[in-house]
Amino acid sequence: MAGPHCLVSIYSCGIMRPEKNLLIKEVGVAKRHDPSIDSFVSKRYEHGFVTDIESEQFAAGLSEDVVRAISAKKNEPEFLLEWRLEAYRHWLTLTPPDWAHLKMSPIDFQAISYFAAPKSNANAPKSLDEVDPKLLETYEKLGVPLHERARLAGVAVDAVFDSVSVATTFKDKLEEVGVIFCPFSEAAQKHPELIKQYLGKVVPYRDNFFAALNSAVFSDGSFVYIPKGVRSPLELSTYFRINAANTGQFERTLIVAEEGSYVSYLEGCTAPMRDENQLHAAVVELIAKTDAEIKYSTVQNWYPGDEEGRGGIYNFVTKRGSCEGDRSKISWTQIETGSAITWKYPSCILRGDDSVGEFYSVALTNNHQQADTGTKMIHIGKRTKSVIISKGISAGQAQNAYRGLVRIAPTAVKARNYSQCDSLLIGDRCGAHTFPYMEVSESTAQVEHEATTSKIGEDQLFYCQSRGLSEEDAVSMIVNGFCKEVFKKLPMEFALEAQNLLAVSLEGSVG
Amino acid sequence: MSSDLLLDIKNVCASVEEKQVLKGLSLQIKPGEVHAIMGPNGAGKSSLSNVLAGRDAFKVTDGEIAYCGEDLLELSPEERAHKGIFMAFQYPVEIPGVNNLYFMRSAFNAKREANGEEPMEAYPFMMKVQQLCGELEMNPDFLKRALNDGFSGGEKKRNEMLQMMLLEPKLAILDETDSGLDIDALRVISNAVNSLRNTERSFLVVTHYQRLLDYIKPDFVHVLANGKIVKSGDASLALELEEKGYAWINEEV
Ligand SMILES: Nc1ncnc2c1ncn2[C@@H]1O[C@H](COP(=O)(O)OP(=O)(O)OP(=O)(O)O)[C@@H](O)[C@H]1O
Ligand SMILES: [Mg+2]
Repeated sequence: MAGPHCLVSIYSCGIMRPEKNLLIKEVGVAKRHDPSIDSFVSKRYEHGFVTDIESEQFAAGLSEDVVRAISAKKNEPEFLLEWRLEAYRHWLTLTPPDWAHLKMSPIDFQAISYFAAPKSNANAPKSLDEVDPKLLETYEKLGVPLHERARLAGVAVDAVFDSVSVATTFKDKLEEVGVIFCPFSEAAQKHPELIKQYLGKVVPYRDNFFAALNSAVFSDGSFVYIPKGVRSPLELSTYFRINAANTGQFERTLIVAEEGSYVSYLEGCTAPMRDENQLHAAVVELIAKTDAEIKYSTVQNWYPGDEEGRGGIYNFVTKRGSCEGDRSKISWTQIETGSAITWKYPSCILRGDDSVGEFYSVALTNNHQQADTGTKMIHIGKRTKSVIISKGISAGQAQNAYRGLVRIAPTAVKARNYSQCDSLLIGDRCGAHTFPYMEVSESTAQVEHEATTSKIGEDQLFYCQSRGLSEEDAVSMIVNGFCKEVFKKLPMEFALEAQNLLAVSLEGSVG
Repeated sequence: MSSDLLLDIKNVCASVEEKQVLKGLSLQIKPGEVHAIMGPNGAGKSSLSNVLAGRDAFKVTDGEIAYCGEDLLELSPEERAHKGIFMAFQYPVEIPGVNNLYFMRSAFNAKREANGEEPMEAYPFMMKVQQLCGELEMNPDFLKRALNDGFSGGEKKRNEMLQMMLLEPKLAILDETDSGLDIDALRVISNAVNSLRNTERSFLVVTHYQRLLDYIKPDFVHVLANGKIVKSGDASLALELEEKGYAWINEEV
């Protein structure tokens, strides 16, 4: 219906009392032990602590030698080193992108250290007992009781700490059915043919500045391979955490779902308090073959910076999935509450006929946070379908931009897209911007876009308060209500984390 | 004898957005009494309700309000709710995405917890609400919907009454709850209010229509005009107003 290149921009302001710092409380997982400390701590970022595990860290700076050293440290096969070097040489020819909507000082790429690994990884642990107790304690503080959670919820956890995986559980159960779920570095050694076949096929290093950088220096990440006809018996999950000072994070995740297979992958992140901005540039590649389905969920809770915006994480991520086979399906679900700057557009390339791409997102920005997120749905196959549900919440002086591209290629006969972008404003100094781009070059295609902007009104808050709810609870309740459609898409396991993140129980409100 | 008063409003002046809305209003309510407030549009009836419920935008510039012998103006809106004040809104707001039943249980348990009681579990709460729905002849499907979202005018008012019955206030303020109700709904809601009447509980009923007062018999009727109570009487005053309008009072004052 809509012609090519529609552009809508919405900028509006709320009316709530600006001095209230409402959403800070909602970042992080509530601690149980000491209620009096809770109320104090909850005003700050709760995961702002640093573990003193000795890091083995490279001096700052990037050169071909550094790329070679990273590869050598990981005992990588030759082809991988070559690929890194090609990426590095290509990166040298690029200039950082010009951030239309973002306010930031330039990043000094020579001031970043490109490798850090916890010492305890030198003799890789075979089980949780062998994992540095300090590390486990860190996960506890983050609200990630690894062993408990894994056992109770049946989740295999590949815990990435300072870029290097140190604990993997439930491997046996996965191996039984032939699922490969391991650190990327391990896969490079054990399954080089798979890595060679698929690495960089969905996100080539030429794709963009940060994809090139990541390809050159990626530290570690996860590799998942689901064989033909297999439903992964477990939800796979990885926890990322930035720890050592000045350490850029360059994870690389690759998921391949063979014909008729299914996998649900969960990713969650938190980071400690820092004074300097930290760069994070991950690449995630998903490949779904005929009749395969990949569900990729993220709860992202990186340190957003203090009230003045100092010290937050810069998060520039390239996430892309390719629905290669007919009737394949890829869904991205994400809850974003962290980072000083977030720039990410999980995308789906719908090649196979009748393939489906989905994007469900909640992005919450507060104080000086800036988020420029969205998705791209590229329809190539016949009768391909995509759904986009984006919920943006802005508070403080935050800026939240949604940028979505729906492209219907001339081959995509009867393709369909439905997009819904809702923005919620809290306070009168924040902003929400919606930029839906539609490029439709096929006349039987149907593209629908709906956008709303609302604000938490004084009348809504007063209504709740007059019934006995505190202002904080009222805000949480309204925000959670606003996000409900997306929360429902999260796996149970993660829905809980998302609720914690937004500091309110959804108990009883769903359904 | 102010100690046996539930509510004691003394000479209150209040303004909103620089506009003076209450201009020296006094009113005393004893436990168990039903007071009706009538008066022309824009007289300050909703303003009075909002002041009592503690809405921030309504600033009390002069006068005092005691509730159960306590300084009401010191309390936050939620504290007032915990202590038994309930206002049924003239225009209940819609809150999309927030489940009606969940909202009610949160409000119910917030009050219980503030009063040192255990929160009620989901199941017994559900039973309780369903029973009240029955009394209000309300389809329990409303509980599954988002709070007031897309409710018709009358449905919103009924939902307000459901919350009132649930929260069992000491002082219930009904701001034009009868406006927008059909004839059957008016009867149902009046019955519900009457069923709540007892020697402890008081009502402040704002209405434009005598017909509500046929069902809910008030002990006192007050005329609020231009920010203050200009005339008070018994139930017969409402009949007189119905007949003559407000103009004669202005002449009298
Ligand atoms: N937020 C506000 N900002 C400015 N003026 C206001 C505001 N709220 C109320 N007023 C004004 O205060 C006066 C009293 O309003 P109020 O709502 O109390 O009247 P009311 O007696 O309830 O009228 P009605 O019978 O129409 O409901 C009106 O003139 C109204 O316009
Ligand atoms: Mg009114």
